[in-house]
Amino acid sequence: MKLRRICKPAFRPQKQAINPPQAAVRNSALIRRNTLWNAQARWAPYLFILPFVVLFCVFLLYPLGRSIVMSFSQWTSVHRHRFVGFNNYRFLLSDRIFLLALVNTVGYTIGFLLIQIPAALGLALLLNHPRVRARSVFRFMFFSTNLVGSVFVGALFSELLAPDSGLINRTLALIHPGFRSLNWLNTPSLAMPAVLLASLWLSIGVGMIYFLAALQAVDRELYEVAQIDGAGPWARFRHVTLPGIRPIIIFMILVGTIAGFQLFEIPLFLLSGPGPGYRGLTIVMYLYMNGFEAGDLGYASAIGWALVFMLVFMMLGVSLLQLRSSRTPKET
Amino acid sequence: MRFFRFIVLHLLLIALALLAITPFFWLICAAFKRDQDLINYTFLPWGHLNRLTFANFRQLFAEHPFWRWTLNSLMLTCTYTTTVVTLSSLGGFALAKYQFRGKKPLMLVMLATMLLPVQVLLPSLYELMQKIGWMDSYAAILVPGAVSVFGMLLFRQAMLSVPDELLQAARVDGCSELRIWWEIALPIVRPMIGAYTLMSFLAGWNSFLWPQIVLQDERKYTLPLGLAGMVGLPEYQAQYGIMMAGTLLSILPVIILFALLQRDFIAGLASGALKG
Repeated sequence: MKLRRICKPAFRPQKQAINPPQAAVRNSALIRRNTLWNAQARWAPYLFILPFVVLFCVFLLYPLGRSIVMSFSQWTSVHRHRFVGFNNYRFLLSDRIFLLALVNTVGYTIGFLLIQIPAALGLALLLNHPRVRARSVFRFMFFSTNLVGSVFVGALFSELLAPDSGLINRTLALIHPGFRSLNWLNTPSLAMPAVLLASLWLSIGVGMIYFLAALQAVDRELYEVAQIDGAGPWARFRHVTLPGIRPIIIFMILVGTIAGFQLFEIPLFLLSGPGPGYRGLTIVMYLYMNGFEAGDLGYASAIGWALVFMLVFMMLGVSLLQLRSSRTPKET
Repeated sequence: MRFFRFIVLHLLLIALALLAITPFFWLICAAFKRDQDLINYTFLPWGHLNRLTFANFRQLFAEHPFWRWTLNSLMLTCTYTTTVVTLSSLGGFALAKYQFRGKKPLMLVMLATMLLPVQVLLPSLYELMQKIGWMDSYAAILVPGAVSVFGMLLFRQAMLSVPDELLQAARVDGCSELRIWWEIALPIVRPMIGAYTLMSFLAGWNSFLWPQIVLQDERKYTLPLGLAGMVGLPEYQAQYGIMMAGTLLSILPVIILFALLQRDFIAGLASGALKG
């Protein structure tokens, strides 16, 4: 009824029959109006989608195609480049620094997934306990770390990890006094763990939010049935909870992998660059250094496409695994 | 026994929550400490609270255009958020509630680009910005930023739940299509608008890489860029206090905003993940 109030009054065709001469005039006006009306109804979806499609083509599809072309040339300055065929890709395969960046990135991603997912799930299980009080307060406290941007996390952790004055070293010094002057950011073997620490602080909370939502969506009755069947807490977790939250686990693995392969800002800030012995160098950082510091946009594009291919292959791998494992339970 | 477990559970949660927010507390303390006290006291110099100082903040504002960066950040983030939410909800509405030519292929192309890491676009987008002369301008951030495939698909998903009968009824009553979007579809998906607005705001506020590439003039910097410049300067390596003051002021507005709006945001975030 509110709709009637806010919208224009409907046409009243019966009036045309009452007064024929006027009706003819009205009719032509109505027809004109009707065609206009039909036109707006017909063109509306195109007009709605048009701004997006134009921007999408100009600022996404065109640069995407252009970057393929660019990856086949070498740039010596912003306006000078020459075609080099597959040389960029050939060089990429033998580039030891790229290999190092790849190893660092993969190592980081594996470490991240192995810690973030169990930690987030554990927190969510604790918080999902039916008798927890002030759940939303805890939830916000855990989640709040995710509000800090990577740049700020980098700045914050570079101080937290500072030798002598940083909180982390001062805490570790309680275990062993020697840890007080631990120089995380200048020790090759500690550079990536420092990055990992910062990024875990940033993302365990948000993972917990996802798991909590998934846990609350698991059917309560299944737990009751399992309990009646004599399943203990572990068996209930293993056979009811885990299958119930499987889609979210896969989602988190995918998101974590994609984010891991795009790691850039945290190491850049924490280590102010590639870090000691290039142990904090990541793929995107290498792309950035080549394209925007050394100025070879062509090689940077090739690195970008290498990143795309790696991610696409991994995505395919995960979805194949998912297909296979979702089929097995049905067969058995 | 049950009571005992209740206590242990809560103690554990409190300990973990404190662990999570300790860095914030440490940051606040560090921002108000003198440089030499950073080494001497872990948190606050409890015995000598008169040693706390605003010097870090004064120095920050004196030596850097920090207000300017804050205003730039605020202005850019708000404009970015408004455009991306408007365009995404409009486009998402069209994708969900209309049949039109080219819809299927468009959706397919969009889905395919969802998986792309944005970094692959950096070199060619940079070249494009050079060609059209948008370097060092906010247009280079705002115009490409208005495209969000993720936002479009999120709104499409939400708009699917708008009943067709309602739209049809409005049409019979003479509502134009644009008004149907504004007065019927948008109010129904209001929770999604709230969540997506906050998500975009956060992304805009924290975005670094692309602005870093296109902005050159220090007076046009946003907060992340300004802070990044401070880290890069060798003479600031020793000035922890002033960096901590800058970091604190940069993250505080966002944390307050989210603390006020957290209930809706977290619910929206979680429902998005469950559907996707």
